[in-house]
Formats: sequence, C-alpha cells, structure tokens
Amino acid sequence: MPRLLLFIPLVLFIVLGAFLWKGLSIDPRELPSALLNKSFPAFQVPALRNPNKILTNTDFIGQPVLVNVWATWCPSCRKEHDQLLAIAQEANVPVIGLNYKDDRSAALAWLEQLGDPYKFNIYDESGMLGLDLGVYGAPETYLLDAKGIIRYRHVGVITAEVWANFKVMLEKGWSNETI
Amino acid sequence: MKQFKTILLLSIISVFFTSAYAAIEVYQFDNAEKTARFQKFTADLRCPKCQNQNIADSNAEIARDLRAKLQQMLTEDKSDKDIVQYMTDRYGDFVLYEPKITAQTYLLWFGPFLLLAIALLIVFFIVKARNKRTNSIELNTKQQKQLDGLLNKKQDS
Amino acid sequence: MIPEIGEFSLILSFCFSILLAIIPMVGTIIKNELWMNYGQTMAKGQFFFILISFICLGYSFAIDDFSVTYVANHSNSLLPTQYKLSAIWGGHEGSLLLWVFILSGWTLAVSIFSKNLPLDMLARVLSVMGMIAIGFILFLLLTSSPFERYLPRFPADGADLNPLLQDFGLIVHPPMLYMGYVGFSVAFAFAIAALLSGRLDSAWARWSRPWTNVAWAFLAMGITLGSWWAYYELGWGGWWFWDPVENASLMPWLVGTALVHSLAATEKRGVFKSWTLLLAIFAFSLSLLGTFLVRSGVLTSVHAFASDPERGLFILILLAITIGGSLTLFAIKAPNVQSESRFSWLSRETFLLINNVFLTVMAMTVLLGTLYPLLLDSLGAGKISVGPPYFNAVFVPIMSLMAIGLGISISVRWRDTSLDRIIEALWKPALASILIGIAFPFIYGSGFDFSVFLGISISLWIILTISLEFIGKFKHAESIFTKLKQLPMSYYGMMLAHLGVAVVAIGITLVSVYSEERDIRMVAGDKVSLAGYEFEFKGTQQVQGANYTADRGQLIVRDGDNVITTLNPEKRHYSVKNNMMTEADIDQGFFRDLYVAMGEPLDDGAWAVRVHYKPFVRWLWYGGTLMALGGLVTVTDKRYRKKTSLSTKNEATHA
Repeated sequence: MPRLLLFIPLVLFIVLGAFLWKGLSIDPRELPSALLNKSFPAFQVPALRNPNKILTNTDFIGQPVLVNVWATWCPSCRKEHDQLLAIAQEANVPVIGLNYKDDRSAALAWLEQLGDPYKFNIYDESGMLGLDLGVYGAPETYLLDAKGIIRYRHVGVITAEVWANFKVMLEKGWSNETI
Repeated sequence: MKQFKTILLLSIISVFFTSAYAAIEVYQFDNAEKTARFQKFTADLRCPKCQNQNIADSNAEIARDLRAKLQQMLTEDKSDKDIVQYMTDRYGDFVLYEPKITAQTYLLWFGPFLLLAIALLIVFFIVKARNKRTNSIELNTKQQKQLDGLLNKKQDS
Repeated sequence: MIPEIGEFSLILSFCFSILLAIIPMVGTIIKNELWMNYGQTMAKGQFFFILISFICLGYSFAIDDFSVTYVANHSNSLLPTQYKLSAIWGGHEGSLLLWVFILSGWTLAVSIFSKNLPLDMLARVLSVMGMIAIGFILFLLLTSSPFERYLPRFPADGADLNPLLQDFGLIVHPPMLYMGYVGFSVAFAFAIAALLSGRLDSAWARWSRPWTNVAWAFLAMGITLGSWWAYYELGWGGWWFWDPVENASLMPWLVGTALVHSLAATEKRGVFKSWTLLLAIFAFSLSLLGTFLVRSGVLTSVHAFASDPERGLFILILLAITIGGSLTLFAIKAPNVQSESRFSWLSRETFLLINNVFLTVMAMTVLLGTLYPLLLDSLGAGKISVGPPYFNAVFVPIMSLMAIGLGISISVRWRDTSLDRIIEALWKPALASILIGIAFPFIYGSGFDFSVFLGISISLWIILTISLEFIGKFKHAESIFTKLKQLPMSYYGMMLAHLGVAVVAIGITLVSVYSEERDIRMVAGDKVSLAGYEFEFKGTQQVQGANYTADRGQLIVRDGDNVITTLNPEKRHYSVKNNMMTEADIDQGFFRDLYVAMGEPLDDGAWAVRVHYKPFVRWLWYGGTLMALGGLVTVTDKRYRKKTSLSTKNEATHA
C-alpha cells in the first residue's frame, strides 16, 4: 500500500478539526432572517394606541427605521427598554414598535410606566404579521432601509454594542458580512 | 482565572432539556389523509426557536403558531409544495428537517453512497489481491488442519 | 472541608496520572522491569483518589451542602435521595467527574486482569491510559471543577435538578453510556501500544478483544437505556430522534461494532491488522468527538449541556492531541504491521471486510449528517437542518443491505467456501423469509406495505440463517448436551447479538409503520378508541409529590368489554424551577404499548389528551439488551482466560 494513503485519516481529521474550531465561534441558534434583503411583508394591522387606525408598510417608507418586536410577556424586552429609549433620544433613526401577541391595555400601561421610545406601534394581536416576518421570539429588531427593505435582523436584547453596530451599518451602508 | 470562573457561573444554568414538556393540542381534520399530512409536517418541520425539536413536540409559542397556521393551510387545501414554500419564505431552509437537494447538499445526500461505492471498490481490489494464490477447492477437515498448521508455522517464523 | 478534600484528591490523582503516563513508558524504552511494573501501582493510586473525590461530591449532595456551586445548581433539599446521588452526574462538571472516574476504573481493571500480558505491553497500555487521564483530569481541574464554592454567600436552598432528570433513567443511563464511551479507551490504548511496539499478532488481538467487547456491550446498553428513557420521559413517545447527542453515541457504537468484527478476523486469521488499529483509534476518537459535540455548544440539541466555547476549545485541543497524535503515529508506524494471509472471494474474511465497510460508511453518514449544518454554516453558506427524514432516507437502505449480508456471512467459512455450499445453506431461509415478509403485512396490517415487507424479511432472514447454522452444529454431534457444552461462549455471544439485531429490526419496522396516535379533547366520561382499544377518561385529581404538585388523570382502558388497565398520566408542576412536566403513563406489553399523556387543561374541565398505540416498541430495547448480553457473554470464553501459551511466548520474542 502506498505509504501516503496512510495519511488520509490524519488529513481528514485536520480538516474536520478546522471546521470544529470555526464552529466554536458560531452560534448555531442565531438565525439570519429569511427575509434579508427583501421587502418588509405587506400588512394591514391596527395601531396600538388607536384601534381604528390601520397601519400598512407604506407607513415607514422614506427613511431607514428600526422595527422592534416586543411584548409585555417577554422579560428580555424589559431589559432592552432603556436602550430603546436611549436610541429614541439620539433620534437619528425612528423606532417603530411591533407589539407582538400582546394585550392592548397591558402594552399601553407598559409604555405609560416605562416611557415610550416608539414613533408608533403596530398591534399584531394574532401574531400573523410576526409569522410573515419570520419572528420566532421576542425581542427581535429589524433594520429597514429607506425603501422598506430588511437589511439586518438582531435576535435578542439590544445592548449598547448591538446599537453601535447598527449605527455603523446605518452610516456605511449595508453589508451582509457585518457582525 | 477569574474570567473562566465567571463563564463557569454563567454557564452553570445548565439544563439538559430546555422545553420541559410535550405539546399536546387538539386538531381536527375532515379526513384521515389530512390528519396524516398534519402529523408528517409537524414531525418534519423544525421549531426555529427550540433546541432541535420539531413543531409537533415543542411547546414553544412559535411552534403553536406554526401548528395553527399549518392546520389553516391544510383546511384551505394548500398543497405540500405551497406549505413548504410558505415556511421557508419566512424561516429559511432551517425549518426543514429534510434538507432540499441543491448544489450545497449534494455532498450530504450522495456522499454516503459515493463513499460506499468507493469503499466496496477498494474491498474488491483487496480481495482480488488476496485471492491470487488460493483456488476454491473444498478441503476436507484433515487437509484443512494440515494447511492451518503450515500457515501458522509460516506466520510464526 | 469535604469539597476541598475532593478537589485535593483530584489533584493527587492528577499527579498519579502523570506518573502513570511517564514511568512505565520510559521503562519500556530503557528496558527497566521495575519501572514497567510501576504502572500497576500508579493505576491503583489514581483510581483511589478519584474514588475519594467522587465520594466527596456524593457526600456534598447527600448532606445538601449548597455552598458548593454545583450542588446548589443541581439539587434541592426536597429532592428524593436517590436523585440527589444521581444528580452527581446531572450536569457538566459532575458528569465529567464520572467520566474520569470510569476511566480510572477501566485503567485499574486493565492493571488487575491483564496479568498474563507481556510486561512491556501492559506498561504501554497503562501508560497511554494515563495520558488520556492527564488530559481529562486537567480539563476538570482547570475549567469544570464540581467543587467550586458559592462565596461569599451561598443560597439557602438549591435550584433543583431538572425535573426530566429526576428519574430512574438518570441513575442508570449515563453510567452505562460512559462505561461504553470510556471503555473504548482500552482498545485505543492497546492499539497505540501495538503501534509503538510494532507487535500486532493474534495474541494481541486476543488480549484486546474482551475489553473491546465489554465496552461495546456497555455502549449498546447505554444507548438502549437512553432510547427507553426518552420514550417514556419526554412524553411524545419517540424513541430515536437523530439528535446530535444521540448520534454522538451511535457513531462510536457503529465503529465499535466494526472493530469487534475486525478484531475477530485479526485474531483468527491474522488479517486486516492496520485496519483493526485504525478502527480502534476511530472508535475512541468518535467517543471524544461526542464529548466535544455535547459540551461545546457547536450544535443545538435537545439533550445538550450548557454550552461554553472556552470548554469547547479545551476539548478541541485534547482532541487534536489525542486523535491527531494517534493518527500521525498510525500513518508512520502502520506499514510495519502488514499481514500476509490469503483468502478467497467467498470467505468469511471477505464478508467481514464488507461488513466493516458498511458499518464504517454508516458511521460516516451519521457524522456527515450531524456536522453538515456546521460545515455549511462555517463556510457562510446559510443555516440548514438535517433531521430524521434525511437519516431515514440514507441510513436505512445501507443498514438493510448490511443486514442481508449478515445472514449470508453466517454460513461462510474462513478462507474459502464453495458457492454451492452457500446456496445449499441459504436458499430455503431466503425463500421462507421473502414469502413470510410478503404475507406479513396482509395478515398483521391491512394490506401490502413495502417497509414492512423489507423489515420483516430481513429480520426473519437473520433469525432463520443463524438458527439453521446453530442447528447445523448438531448434525454430527453424538449428544446434544455435550455439543452444547463444547461450543465456545464466544459463539453463543455472537448468536445472541445477531439475534438482537433481528429483534431490533422487527421493532423498528413495526413501530414505525403501525403506530397510531390521537390528540383529543376529553372531559370526564369521554371515550376514544384507538387500534381496537377504548380509553375512557374519568377526570383528574390533584396529587402532591415530594417536590411537585400534579393533576393526575385517570383513564380506563378496555379491550371490548374487558378492562385491561387504568392509566394515570400526570401533569406535574415542579415549584422550585417553576417547570411543567408531562408524566406519561404506559401499559407495557410484549406486543404493544398503550401510551397516554396529558397536555393542557382546556375550557370546562376538559383536557387535551394524547393516546398512542405502539406495537412492538419494546422489541427495540429487548434487541438492544440481547446485543449487550451477547457482547458480555463472549468475554466468558475460556480462551481469554488462558495463561500466556507457548506460541504467544514465541511470538513475543520476535517483537
């Protein structure tokens, strides 16, 4: 048997090891949005504050926006609330709320009590808009460009670092490689 | 030292199974074929939020929603293709436990059979080489014993 | 104080493992018998101190010492005592201590039971096992000590063990599984010793075979228990999900199965020597890889430990050293162990080789499917999932082909067999199994079903061929009783294990095709029928357990007018972790299980109830147990207990 063949198992193992090493720095649970670089799904859903006002996706076309999926039943949403307020204060990008499978009065009370960072809130009571958007658990935050195209999704709590990354993307344009 | 202790403490929230109980709900369909399709789909669609569970077994909120949506689509007589399309449009190929056959998954789908073919070919050549000097004459037990003795001697020397 | 003693004796055992790794090995180089003999003492020391460490952790659990972080996180004062003790391995740190404890146990066993090994061989084997111990005890000490204290202030009570783990399954499954995983380290150490010494003859194979068979048997039992546990505990009646953690145990088992067969050929005929070595390295490497996959968080699993990339990196380095090192050694040294026997196309050697090919390809398939999402992801090609539909589509055909080969190989002799003789032996069982396979789905089910035909034919094929082979042994025997006594135990073991394969195949086939389940809304008095049984729901009542409260349902099961049993599924609430748990209730039977689980309470006192009918599901575990038994029985074979014979002594002088 040619001696070099005996090195095949070793070579295969080294390749495997390289992948495993790479794998350590990847979070297998972090899913990129299936709607990345696609339009925000069309919808007609009432506003949170005014049940008679029907919102559609034309309501946030014209400038880049953050769409934040939240609910009062979601403990992590409470954690990121202060950061959202800070983002609203900075005011370089409007934050739009997607109140997801929530109770209207509880949601309004939450905003009353903790402050309201949102330009307006979409009240997705059935969660069907969330389903169309590919939401799999609050909180999630989407970055949309001026044409209403989804450029990035962050799953989990928005921290100062995450926000810093968002700002880089807002300034330098969209790249799928960021973060 | 200190850093790894913090990581240690953080990671100590170690749980074997995240979602602690099976999902059991009641869905009714007007025929057995739809019930079977419902069972097949809920078994083969992955819950995007969970730790490797299908939407049948998971009790996560999103799994419930997907089951409800699935029931709705089946009641509306949507085809299997439509249903798969609907799910992957929203959650990507990640939700399919049966990966699509694409250029990216050729290795996954055909690799095992290719490997089997190559390995059997190697076996073919090995046996061919080993076979050279034997001929398939049946030996009686006595001859067999003699041969064994000879072979063993040869090996030992 | 006790936890500190535990930690300290762990450090002591680490010192012993260093001595164990170095001194006997150096002894073989400088040819110093005293140094070579040292290994046995060191193995005892290492075992002793890990034992103390293990007892210390157990004691901390027993007395509810919540100042120990690990205890505080995995126990609670209300936890029943047996679960307090099995909670030792209920989390990452403790289960790693169990891993190391078992490793030192195997090392001790080798040092005790291998008195008839040549001294230099034993020294090398023990030394290699010492090296493995160094790596893992270091891992334990540096990243995962179970003896860390909660300082300065510790909680008044523990966070409780995950309710799913508060079960008999946790008591038996991990120790069995680890006995298997870690047991392959012995085969591995023998392989490394063979490569180092260049000595690889049938005596070597005879020494490492019993160790390999026992480890393999434990792993088979561990997997079987795991499947059984998941089936009754998780509440959805599944017994195998192709989850990464399950696959991690299946891969070394498949390669271990190949190794068991390849070793037989190496012992009996002196063939496939380098291949056997490679398999021994693979089997243990895959055990280690499993450890990595389960503990590093690179894959998501229902059963995984909390992930920690730092630990992952440590294990990866261990993998690189152990596997990389041994494969390098293999690549350099393997040419020295060429074999020269001849065999023909129709020989047991050829069939064992084909068997090995199938088993290895099956293991590689599982590896590929398990890691493929990671592969694509690290190439930036997106996230995909690989689950049961993939494995069933790819694994099952290969497995079926192999099972057909199993039946043929039974009647093939070493070296050469004539085609006529094989056909003569096989045409009847082949015909019978195909015919019965065709008829079976009509009789048992409602019409032809290809999966059932295939599964039943293959199972019968195995059963018939091995039975005829067995009966054939008595053709020329003067007395059946004498012949029964004459047949070696390894022969009985082989028969049992192969019978186990057939039994598992029947179980898989029938439970996959003929299972029925229904999810229904039930209020007290409601009835549902499933597979000819009638289930009547009698409502629920509140019950109080040791550390939980539960709604206990009552269902009366009837077959026609006869009441078969009353089932009491529970919906439990564990207060400490605020967990809801479904506790299914099962009417077990040889031919079928009736499985009932309760879901959510619905409106008006109604409950969502799931009833399953699971035909032949138990055969999976009967078969697995038969395989494990078979593996254990082979070890009692007389020839493994023989003192070093003259011939092996001769061979030793050539080494």
